[in-house]
Amino acid sequence: MFENVRLAFQGIWSHKMRSFLTMLGIIIGIASIIAIVSTIKGTNDQIKESLIGSGNNSVEVSMYQNGNQVYIYSSSDIPSGFREVSEETKEKILELATVENVTCYNIRQSTDNAYYQNTALSGCRIVGIDRNYFNTCGYILKTGRNFIQDDFDKFRKVLILDDTAAANLFGKDNPLGKTVEIGTVPFTVIGVVTKSAESSPSISTIEQYYNYSSDETGALYISKAAWPIIYTYDEPENVIVKAVSTDDMEKAGSDTAAILNATITNDSTEVKYKAENLAEQARKLQSLSNSTNNQLIWIASISLLVGGIGVMNIMLVSVTERTSEIGLKKAIGARKSTILGQFLTEAAVLTSMGGLVGVATGIGMAKVINRISGVAVSVSIPAAVVAVVFSMLIGIIFGFLPSVQAANLDPIEALRRE
Amino acid sequence: MILKLDHIYKDYIQGKMVVPVLKDVSLHVEEGEYVAIMGPSGSGKSTLMNIVGCLDRPTKGTYELDGQNVLSLNDKAMAAVRLGKIGFVFQNFQLLSRQSALENVALPLVYAGVRKKVRKERAKEALVKVGLEDRVSFKPTQLSGGQKQRVAIARAIVNRPKILLADEPTGALDSKSSTQLMELFQKLNDDGVTIVMITHDPVVAGYAKRVVDIFDGEISERSPAAKEGINGNCGEESE
Repeated sequence: MFENVRLAFQGIWSHKMRSFLTMLGIIIGIASIIAIVSTIKGTNDQIKESLIGSGNNSVEVSMYQNGNQVYIYSSSDIPSGFREVSEETKEKILELATVENVTCYNIRQSTDNAYYQNTALSGCRIVGIDRNYFNTCGYILKTGRNFIQDDFDKFRKVLILDDTAAANLFGKDNPLGKTVEIGTVPFTVIGVVTKSAESSPSISTIEQYYNYSSDETGALYISKAAWPIIYTYDEPENVIVKAVSTDDMEKAGSDTAAILNATITNDSTEVKYKAENLAEQARKLQSLSNSTNNQLIWIASISLLVGGIGVMNIMLVSVTERTSEIGLKKAIGARKSTILGQFLTEAAVLTSMGGLVGVATGIGMAKVINRISGVAVSVSIPAAVVAVVFSMLIGIIFGFLPSVQAANLDPIEALRRE
Repeated sequence: MILKLDHIYKDYIQGKMVVPVLKDVSLHVEEGEYVAIMGPSGSGKSTLMNIVGCLDRPTKGTYELDGQNVLSLNDKAMAAVRLGKIGFVFQNFQLLSRQSALENVALPLVYAGVRKKVRKERAKEALVKVGLEDRVSFKPTQLSGGQKQRVAIARAIVNRPKILLADEPTGALDSKSSTQLMELFQKLNDDGVTIVMITHDPVVAGYAKRVVDIFDGEISERSPAAKEGINGNCGEESE
């Protein structure tokens, strides 16, 4: 066996160019598959990270009616039973061992436009927040100031923008002190926030993931106290809790939902708070990206098939070329199985080498893809191992026919030929 | 008795025609004999050689090699017989060009499952016997024709076979190399190796102790007197 491998290397080495060209099909196939798998894994890791927020660990606990999340576009959309989250409820949530911070907020999405002079920001998110929001959700102040207690006490019409909204409304101008109208109500800009580098946004639904990845409009933050000026008094809120650790996120979410559900005044079960099942959503998103990329793997497999046929072809040539060698070996006592083993080993060594080079090339390609298009890539060790084993199998499968042909050569005929 | 072939027939089928190649051939060879089989091309001598070498099976007849009825064996057991009891020497050497002389000689030992270290020792030993101890790591392309054939002989005897089969061993050699080779055969035979050699060269056949003629598929023993006749001036020293 070991002898066969040594002989195989010798054979491959003595026909460098031919061996390389034969391997090329395998190299290209394996390289494409490794590159694709690396991209898939990279995307999956990214999805998982942004969903099950790295560093941020925030969980959204939202209002549901009949199993559907409640999106409020006007005050008539508010289901009966939900109440504004009281200070006592907040205290209770904060007492949970798994919860580090809690915030409540109201939100309108894609309903009202904001204006600065003649510039309109349509479809933006308008969020009414308490003083914990930025902390909990991982935002930091870029310029200006944060909300202070006075803003709440005096119902000040002040506004904080996120950097996307600031760029859309003001371009390169300094937004501080400028007046932005929401609906018809003027607000003064006091600050701009941005996501802190180490925290990802709180994403808990597929819609939000798409919003996040295509969020070009931005968000405007006003104080909860000022919310009723444009919208409704005592509007029930969604809650975001920040868990102590990533592993605590599910428990923090479900415990918070339980506390909030106890405050619901409606006896019917059709309304309730529910925390997102983040792990499941991560899986949903991942399977979505997998299904598109799996098709690519099939396409890449075709080149492996072509490569395999190339191997078969060159092995047949090799058998013909070495007819007298095979005849001699049989004459001096090599068994059929010995010859079969020798040629199978040669094919397997050839394609395994192709597989190894392919894996290296694939990893290189993945790095280049990452460099050029910014797609996240992550090299999967098991995938690399499977790829090499698989290319070895290709050698054995496609080398089988030529090897059988070699093993069945009649030594008399084989020796007669020169 | 090493070789005991009795009433061997071999037919080839060409289209619908049955072509008899060997007709009732019987050949007995004792241990330590040195036999030359002579005949023109098409006489059936190669077919006979293939049957003796367990590469081919006769249509009819019995063949015992070293007391074993080899015709009853399957392909795998036949391969084992070739490996253990027969050493082949071919006209065109049949060396593996990418391997060194030592590796070529050691090849049968690989198939016999001999350990690498022992393989090397025995292959070296065989190369010493044929006088090539200073060419051990040479590739066949670096060797002369006579040296290549010596490597082939070393390969044939490395597994200590019962019988050495040589098919036109001098066919591709010049006369000087031929003579040297025949001297080597002589020496091996003196050491007790049984040799059966095919040749159409009467000078080469003259080295053998016994000459068998084959013509048109039929075999005839040449009398010692007749053998003297073909021996000519070259054979004098060998007798």
